[in-house]
Amino acid sequence: MQNFNWKKYLWTFLITVAIFVTAISLSNYFNNRKIDSLREIEDKISTDIMSSETEYDLLAESSCKDLSEDVLSQELNALAQKLTYTEENFGKNSPDLLRLKTYYTILQIKDYLLMKKISLKCNTKPVFILYFYTADCQECGQQGYVLTYLREQYPNLRIYSFDYKLDNPALHTLISLYKVKETVPAIVINDKVYNGFLDKDKLESYLPAWMITTATTTVSKK
Amino acid sequence: MLELPNLIICVFIFISLFFEVFLLLTFLENRMVMKKTAVITASLLPTATIVVPCFNESESIFGTIDSLLGLDYPSDKLKIMVIDDGSTDNSWNLIQKYKYHPQIEMFQKENGGKHTALNFAIARSKSDIIGCLDADSFVKSDALKNIAAYFSDRETMAVTPAIKIYEPDNILRKIQKVEYDWGIFLRKMLSLIDALYVTPGPFSIFRREVFENLGPYKKAHNTEDMEMAMRLQKHNYKIKNCHTAFVYTIAPHKFSKLFTQRLRWTYGFLKNALDYRELFFNKTQGNLGFFILPLMMISAVSTLWLASSFVFKIISKIKEWFTNWQAVNFNFHPLNTWHFNFEWFYLNTNTVTFMTIVSLVLMVILILLGRKIAEGKLRFKMELLYFFFIYPFIYPTWLAKSVYNVLVSKKTSWR
Repeated sequence: MQNFNWKKYLWTFLITVAIFVTAISLSNYFNNRKIDSLREIEDKISTDIMSSETEYDLLAESSCKDLSEDVLSQELNALAQKLTYTEENFGKNSPDLLRLKTYYTILQIKDYLLMKKISLKCNTKPVFILYFYTADCQECGQQGYVLTYLREQYPNLRIYSFDYKLDNPALHTLISLYKVKETVPAIVINDKVYNGFLDKDKLESYLPAWMITTATTTVSKK
Repeated sequence: MLELPNLIICVFIFISLFFEVFLLLTFLENRMVMKKTAVITASLLPTATIVVPCFNESESIFGTIDSLLGLDYPSDKLKIMVIDDGSTDNSWNLIQKYKYHPQIEMFQKENGGKHTALNFAIARSKSDIIGCLDADSFVKSDALKNIAAYFSDRETMAVTPAIKIYEPDNILRKIQKVEYDWGIFLRKMLSLIDALYVTPGPFSIFRREVFENLGPYKKAHNTEDMEMAMRLQKHNYKIKNCHTAFVYTIAPHKFSKLFTQRLRWTYGFLKNALDYRELFFNKTQGNLGFFILPLMMISAVSTLWLASSFVFKIISKIKEWFTNWQAVNFNFHPLNTWHFNFEWFYLNTNTVTFMTIVSLVLMVILILLGRKIAEGKLRFKMELLYFFFIYPFIYPTWLAKSVYNVLVSKKTSWR
């Protein structure tokens, strides 16, 4: 065989493998940093919820105006975005990610309960939407988009999204409480369940009328 | 953890990285040898014939012939044969001005294709070495001398030059310039591992024995230069590259022309590789049979795979946008729902991303090394950006068409 240098091929292979291993470890390093940053955000939200709860307990009978409600939900949204992105990029079965998702789910339920209590006490009228999806459902992507769109239109909407298949007792209870069937996407608007995909107009029609008029007046005032 | 499409992409990137590292090692191993230029005394220079096949080349034929006449080579040892292959323009009349030049012989024949013009001249030549210069190319004055020096090795049967683009004046030509710089590097490296699979039309020079022993040029799917190289390799004839013999060629200036040219080359490569499939994994073929030829095939498959998965991704993204848009009943407020996030969190930190970055960096290094050979210095120019942003989108087009043509056995044309 002419001019065939096995040694060179071996060296080439070793160098290429070394580059590959470096790339894999770099990628792991950054991905772990991302998971860490998600964990930090969750810890922060958890602290925020706890402090809101405490605040609520302290104020009990007194005024409502000090209870801030906007900031928290925005943080939850940002977290949701990052979780979705991470899920798309790392694969859905990473144990770290699953733990973060469970944590996020519990945080959402806690926020939901707290906001409900506050709205009762303080007579505010937020509209709650609980949105159930699964990873493999075809129309869920669109449903998610419609909800994001609506949230931008109606700042009073409080939307919580849950992976129907996530194995968590709190979530199971929430699902059985509202008797949400497995035909996702499923949406609970102020305690009423709707199964199947709802486009923008349909969904809007289920929102309380006052909300839509306020939103249009605010838009037209702009 | 990795899904199948990602795994396939990883394998392709691994292979391309392997190739780049291999080339870099080959370069490092030989960089001292490459610096030495072989010199040969005038009395020992072989006699040479350069064939200029000409078919409707009235625009550039003078430049080609004049550059040959300007070669720094003893005039009694250099013959130029202009073969008019049945031109229908006034090429033949134009070249009459050289009629009485002692170094030039000219013939007119019926049109039969480039390979027939070459064979016509080869049959009439008595020189030690014979080469061809297409009528759209020019040579640097020391090119033939530098090439001739390589023939002092008795085993060397063919020598290929370093081809550059003549005056790259638009973006398409600048992209081709980068590609040719890469070609200069690649051909030298392939030469060093005895794995050249093409003896390019412009100014590849052969010993006369090649034609005497192995026969004349064949039509070979309009890429007679690839067939000839593969034939030489099959018979274990040594092909070398002379990286200091510069040839300038006029590159296609618009996409349709480039597409036709590349379609012919790629289709020709695939067809000739099929004709010479015995070279693959043949134990007499070393680096060429076990590495380079299989690699070229894998690279064709991987390019098509990557390009088609890119196209599918774009299509599904557009579909997604559309269904989302539909879901909000075509109420579109992009600014309301679209927030730009420049957080590092959203940077892609996949293994594939890092591998791609390393592979691109290596590619830039190899291209710059080619440029160093071509121009004597390392320079980073805008052309590189054009190349990396445009070439990946145009290359798959002719590759896909070539593969399609091979599959349905559709022939390609010259122009």
